[in-house]
Amino acid sequence: MEKLSYDLAAPVAAAGTRPIALVGVVASGNLEVLLERGGAPDRCTIEVNTAAHGFRELWDAVTADFVARRPAGGLRIAINDGGARPDTVSLRLAQGVRLIEEPEA
Amino acid sequence: MRQWDTRKRTRADRIARGEPFADGKLINPARLVGFLEAILRPGDRVCLEGDNQKQADLLARALADADPARVHDLHMVQSGVVLPEHLDLFDKGIAKRLDFSYSGPQSARIARMLFGGKIELGAVHTYLELFARYFVDLTPQVALIAAVSADRHGNLYTGPNTEDTPTVVEATTFGGGLVVAQVGEIVDRLPRVDIPGDQVHFVVDAKKPFYVEPLFTRDPAAMTETQILTAMMAIKGLYAPYGVRRLNHGIGFNTAAIELLLPTYGEKLGLKGKICTHWALNPHPTLIPAIEAGWVEQIHCFGSEVGMEDYLAARSDIFFTGPDGSLRSNRAFSQTAGLYACDMFIGSTLQIDLSGHSSTVTADRVAGFGGAPNMGSDARGRRHPSAPWLQAGAEADSDTPAPLRRGRKLVVQIGETFGEGNAPLFVEKLGALELAGKLDLPLAPIMVYGDDTTHIVTEEGIANLLLCRDADEREQAIRGVAGFTEVGRGRDKAMVERLRARKVIQRPEDLGIDPLDANRNMLAARSIKDLMLASGGLYRPPSRFRNW
Repeated sequence: MEKLSYDLAAPVAAAGTRPIALVGVVASGNLEVLLERGGAPDRCTIEVNTAAHGFRELWDAVTADFVARRPAGGLRIAINDGGARPDTVSLRLAQGVRLIEEPEA
Repeated sequence: MRQWDTRKRTRADRIARGEPFADGKLINPARLVGFLEAILRPGDRVCLEGDNQKQADLLARALADADPARVHDLHMVQSGVVLPEHLDLFDKGIAKRLDFSYSGPQSARIARMLFGGKIELGAVHTYLELFARYFVDLTPQVALIAAVSADRHGNLYTGPNTEDTPTVVEATTFGGGLVVAQVGEIVDRLPRVDIPGDQVHFVVDAKKPFYVEPLFTRDPAAMTETQILTAMMAIKGLYAPYGVRRLNHGIGFNTAAIELLLPTYGEKLGLKGKICTHWALNPHPTLIPAIEAGWVEQIHCFGSEVGMEDYLAARSDIFFTGPDGSLRSNRAFSQTAGLYACDMFIGSTLQIDLSGHSSTVTADRVAGFGGAPNMGSDARGRRHPSAPWLQAGAEADSDTPAPLRRGRKLVVQIGETFGEGNAPLFVEKLGALELAGKLDLPLAPIMVYGDDTTHIVTEEGIANLLLCRDADEREQAIRGVAGFTEVGRGRDKAMVERLRARKVIQRPEDLGIDPLDANRNMLAARSIKDLMLASGGLYRPPSRFRNW
């Protein structure tokens, strides 16, 4: 396992009030993303546990793009990655911030 | 004195040499190899019918068993190089030169043989282009074809997989050549006549159906959420604004996902009757839910698909069918339809470069083209207007007065930024160029040229190349949807944002697509079994797709 940590400026705060959201599954080529509220409304922290080593540069790019494009301020995000492709990671993160906006079912 | 009927005399000679091996037109199956050795001459141009789907497998095996001392240096002119025997011919020296269109499962071996000098390559063609050459400078002297059944006069029934046969026979028989057919059975009365017997010189009873490959069946269970997202973007960002009613789909998972989203997502967007009503398309099982929901008015097919026969026969308002009830396909006509009467082609590829050229050839695989370069090109001879064609033309050229402006076919490449084995879809230099260098080809095998490509769709966005005004804009529009590939990460961020403001690039969020909708529950069928149920049990999936 490789561990990566990010503490990023996130100009747009996450919407909604739901305290926690979980999307995806840990499986080969897939990932689980757990989002919780906490921390400054203009920061986003991301902890990555990944089965695939040596992709730090890609994670740097995917997480930077995510906080720039999506309302991610005030979120603590934990990722369990089973070696997903960057497009899958991006989609899961986008789904995560959408889900935490939704009222709880 | 010149003789003006040498072709007829040669054919009469071939028939005379073949007759000792036959009873009338019926070849003795036990003596098939000897028959072929008798009728063929060294250097003959031969079409060994290998279509996209059906294969003259018995004739291929027999030809591969011929004595190379008697039959050698043949020039093979056939659309599909699919069976191992098709290439064994070159290993044994029976054949020497090859002009073809598609090599699918043999793509790696054909590349090795080209590198090793075992095959002298004429050219890789699109289907319609090879068919055209059958009538100009590549007319077969002998055609070895496949049909479902024959009668004693040589009339042939091809069933749903008519495919290339009428074209091959037309060129061969009226060009003075010899036509030999393998059939699954000899019957007294055919269900319908697809090829008249006076165009067929010999028939061999294979006593079993020809080999046919289910090429167009995509299992919805294997569709990813990224593919679903990309499909939603195509529907909302292209099909809807252009109002695309007449189209062709490629055979990849991305377009199969579009087919499965029509009755769900398309319905939600209110697009029924406004898009996807008329098709040049193989009978894709993934289109069944849309057909059943009343989306589709008419489909003309290049070939058939294994397991779809009963469904097609039961939907004769939608599909072209014969007096026997079954599908009549025809590759040449359907390709012509795709070229001239469709407003959109959308398909997938393996590599796209910074000019928008795309290719399925990599340095060690020569997959051929099939029909995509024909579908995926703007028909310069087109003269009839349609709304999407005019709109695309106006976007490409806003300065020319409308009555003098050409329309444009929408030619769309769709895919995820990373493909199988994490290979990036976007590259600085195409593998096709490397291959052309290695083989000293005058042309790199480009599937769809950049100047024909109008849009590129990935999970990152839609790039509208019609709106790009110079090569720089084009490059940045492509980089802008290339995601986290090296090409994507090399983008000029400021320029990409300017292109986005002009809607040259549209992101999923610009199109108002909710990522939570990119969900397998959005698919109208989530398994092959669902497709079978949607067809009311008429679709009978081949066993390899059955897991229940």
